Amino acid sequence: MIKFPNRSTLAFIVIALAAMLFHHPAGAIEVQRIKSPGGIEAWLVEDHTNPIITLRFAFRGGAALDPKGKEGLANLVSSTMDEGAGILDSKTFQKTLEDKVITISFDTGQDNFGGRMQTLVKHRDEAFNLLKLALTEPRFDAEPVERIRMQILVGLRRDEENPHSLASRALYQSLFKDHPYGRPVDGTKESVKAITRDDLRAFVAQRLARNNLVIGVVGDITSEILKAKLDETFLKLPMHAKPWGLPDRRPAATGRTLVVDKDVPQSAIMFADVGLKRDHPDFYAAYVMNYILGGGGFTSRLYSEIREKRGLAYSVSTGLNPMEASGLVVGGAGTANARVKETLDVLRNEWRDMAREGATEKELKDAKTYLTGAFPLRFSSSGRIARMLVGMQVAKLGIDYLEKRNGLIGAVDRDAISRVAKKLLDPKRLTVVIAGKPKGVTTTP
Amino acid sequence: MTLKLPKRVCGFALSGALAAFVLLSGNAFAGVFNPDTITLSNGMQVVVVENHRSPVVTHMVWYRVGSADEGPGESGIAHFLEHLMFKGTKKRKPGEFSAIVARNGGQENAFTSLDYTAYYQTIAVNRLELVMEMEADRMTNLVITDKEVEPERLVVLEERRSRTDNNPGAILSEHLNAALYLSHPYRNPVIGWEHDIRALDIKRILAFYKRWYAPNNAILVVAGDITMEKLKPLAEKFYGGIPAQPPVIRNRAKEPPQKAARRVTLSDKRVRQAAWQRNFMAPSLQWNDKKHVYPLEVLADILGGGASSRLYRRLVIDDKLAISAGAYYRDDDRGPGRFVFHASPRGGVSMDKLEKAVEAEIAKVITEGVSTDEVRRARERMQAAAVYARDSLAGGARALGSALASGLKIEDVEGWPERIAAVKPEQIQAAAKVVFDRRRSVTGQLLPEIGE
Repeated sequence: MIKFPNRSTLAFIVIALAAMLFHHPAGAIEVQRIKSPGGIEAWLVEDHTNPIITLRFAFRGGAALDPKGKEGLANLVSSTMDEGAGILDSKTFQKTLEDKVITISFDTGQDNFGGRMQTLVKHRDEAFNLLKLALTEPRFDAEPVERIRMQILVGLRRDEENPHSLASRALYQSLFKDHPYGRPVDGTKESVKAITRDDLRAFVAQRLARNNLVIGVVGDITSEILKAKLDETFLKLPMHAKPWGLPDRRPAATGRTLVVDKDVPQSAIMFADVGLKRDHPDFYAAYVMNYILGGGGFTSRLYSEIREKRGLAYSVSTGLNPMEASGLVVGGAGTANARVKETLDVLRNEWRDMAREGATEKELKDAKTYLTGAFPLRFSSSGRIARMLVGMQVAKLGIDYLEKRNGLIGAVDRDAISRVAKKLLDPKRLTVVIAGKPKGVTTTP
Repeated sequence: MTLKLPKRVCGFALSGALAAFVLLSGNAFAGVFNPDTITLSNGMQVVVVENHRSPVVTHMVWYRVGSADEGPGESGIAHFLEHLMFKGTKKRKPGEFSAIVARNGGQENAFTSLDYTAYYQTIAVNRLELVMEMEADRMTNLVITDKEVEPERLVVLEERRSRTDNNPGAILSEHLNAALYLSHPYRNPVIGWEHDIRALDIKRILAFYKRWYAPNNAILVVAGDITMEKLKPLAEKFYGGIPAQPPVIRNRAKEPPQKAARRVTLSDKRVRQAAWQRNFMAPSLQWNDKKHVYPLEVLADILGGGASSRLYRRLVIDDKLAISAGAYYRDDDRGPGRFVFHASPRGGVSMDKLEKAVEAEIAKVITEGVSTDEVRRARERMQAAAVYARDSLAGGARALGSALASGLKIEDVEGWPERIAAVKPEQIQAAAKVVFDRRRSVTGQLLPEIGE
C-alpha cells in the first residue's frame, strides 16, 4: 500500500490513455448506453464469462485546477478518499476492501480526476456501497491524511533521485511556465504541506458532481442491476460541479536545451514539440505520423536510427499528449553521458526529415496495417476495456467510435502526414531537457 | 526480471509493473486456467489456455534457460541472446521479424529471468500461423554477425545503465543478491555484470544458443481465441519438424549451508530516502524443504500483503516508525527461494530502531504464531486473486509458461487454491521457526551519503 504517485507516471498515463483510444475491435464488443432512473449515464460492456465487475469513472477537471500554492491537492484527495468513509475509519475501510478483495482507488491527471472499482459478483452490493461512501462521505481523518501526505512527500523526494522524473518536470515547466500544465500533478514539498483537510473536503464538494462525471462498466452485471446501482452510488453527488475552465496555451517550444545537473552515468532525455488537441481534424494524421516517427514498437524511425543502427539508447520513443487546453508531441530516451550529443543530432535530423519529406507510401501503408490490425489487442482485460469506455466519453468520441475508428486511420493520406509533420515538427522548436552529466551539451538561453 | 520493453514513452513506467508481474505470475493463480496440454514427438510441450473475449491470441515460446544457466564469466549471455533473437535468420534479414509482426497488427516482446527466456507475440488469431512459422524459424536458424552484435551490445549496456547504474536502490539489490547466495548462480544479475557484457563474443553466444534452444527444451503456450483441436496440427506443422537435441545437463553451482548473517550498506549522495530490507534464503517449490512453501505464502500475505497487514499496521499506522513496510515471498524458481522484509523509515527514525521493530514482528510469529482468523482471511484473498487472474488474455499464459519453464508442473499451478486452503496456523509457525534464521539472511541498508 505504498502510495507514491509521481509526475512522470501520471504524464505517461495521459499518453497511454490517448493511445488507447485508437484501438477497438470493430464489432467484437457491444457497448450499451445505460441511463438510470435518476439520470446517471454509464457505458456498459456485459461479459458474463467471469464473476467479476469492473467500473471506472472520471470527473472532468483534474490537477490543473488545483489552487495556486496548493498544487498536489487533487492528488492528495485521490490518495486519501479510500482511507475511511461514513462510519468506517481508515483501518476498517481498508480491512473490508482487503477481506472482500474489492479494489477501490482514485487517480488524477491534469485534466481529469478518476477512479476504479473492481469486485467479485458475490461482493457486489458491498463494493458499490463502499464506493458511494468514498465518493460522498470521505472522512479525511487526521491520521491517514498525515500518513499519506508524508508518503507523497517521500515520493517527491525519491523523484529527485530519478533523472527521468527530473527531466519530465523540467520539460513541462519549461513548456508551460505559469500555466497550470507547467506545475507537477503531485505538487511540490511546500504546496503539499500547505493543503489542509478543509481543502480536501472542499475539493470533494466542488469538483465531484453528476454533470462532470462519466462512467464505464465491464463484466458480470446486467443493465437492470447496473441502473439500480448507479442511482444508489452516484445520485447523492451534487448535480453541478463548481464551474471550471483552463485557458488554452500553446507550449513554449522554443528550441531550448536545458541541462538538469545530476551525477548519473546515463542521461535521461525528454523532448517535446507542439502537438494537437484531441478534437483537431488532423489528429489522426498526427497519430499515424507519430507512429512512423517514434511511436511504433520496434519499427519506428527513431528506434531504427538511435537504437538499432547506433546502439545509442535502450529506449527511445515519442507519443502524442493531447490535453484539454494544449497539445504536445513528446518523447524520451536514455543514453550514456558521452553520447548525448550524438543522440540529439540524430533526433533533430529525424525531426527535420519528417517535417521536410513526410512519410513514404510504404511507411504509411505499414503504419495503417499495424494501427488497424492491432485494434483488438486492446481488449485484453476488463480493466483495459473499462478504461477505454471512460476515455471515449472524456474525449467525446461517440458510442459508435469503435466502428468508425479504423476508417479514420485508413483515411489518412501522405498529404495529411506531410501537412501535420510540417506543422508539428520543427528542429528549431524542439525543446530538450537532459537530466544527467551530458558531455558537450549545455543549457541554452 | 529483465525485459525488453516496448519502446513507448511509458517504457520507464512500464518496466516496474512488468518486472513485478514476472515476479508474481509464478505464484500460480490456479484451478483457474484449465489448460489443455500435449507433447509433440520431438519433446516440445504445447499448452492452450482458452479465452474467447476477442479474436486474438498471445503466442509464447518459453525456453528452459535463464541467467542461472550461464557459465563463469558469461553473465548476461541469456539476456544478450534474447536481444539478438530479434536480428536475422537464414531466411530473414535483421529487423524483418519485427517489421512483419507490426505490419500484421501484432505486438511482440521477450523477457529473460533467472530460469527462463520467453518470446511472445499478441496478434489476431488469423495471423497465428505467420508468427508460429517465424518463431519456429528463429529457434534454430539464427544468423548474427558483428554488424548486429556490436550496436546491440551498446543497447544492452544502456539498458543496464537505465535499470541499475542510474538507480542506487537497484545497485544495492544487485549486491544483496550477490551476498544472499554464496555459490548458487542466482547471485549474478540477469542483465549481467558490465565487464562480462563487454566481453561476450559471438562464438560463445552462438554456443549458448545451440546448447539451449531446441524443441525439447521449449514450451509453446497459446492463450486466447483458440482450442487445442485447432492448435495441434499447426504446432505439429511448424514446430514438430524441428529435430530434438540431446538433452542438456543443467549444471548449476550448489548452495552450501549458510552459517553467517551478512550486511550490505550502500551510502550514495543520490539517495533521498533511506530504505531497509532483510532477505532470507528460503525453501522453494523445488529446493529444500517444500513442506514450508505454502505456509510461507500465506504468511507473506498476513505479514506484508497490504494496508491491513501486520507490518504496515504496526510500523506505519500504529507506531509511526515507517513510511512503508511489507514482505513478500518468492518460491517459484528452480533454485532457492527468498523471503523478503522491507521498510523505509520516517524522518528521525534510526535504521536500528526500524530494524528492531521488524525483528519484533518476526519474533512474534515465531513465538506466538498466527491466528485462525488471519489464515482464513489470507486464504480468501489469495483465492479471489485466482479468479481475477482469469480475466486477462496473457495472465494464464504467463503463469503457466513461467511455472513450466522453471521446472514446475501444470498441477502446481492448477492445484494452488487447494494447497493454500490446506494451510494450518501451526504449519506457519513451524515454517517461520525454520526459515527466519539470521544466519541465512542478508540485511541491506540504503542510506544518503553522510554529510548530505
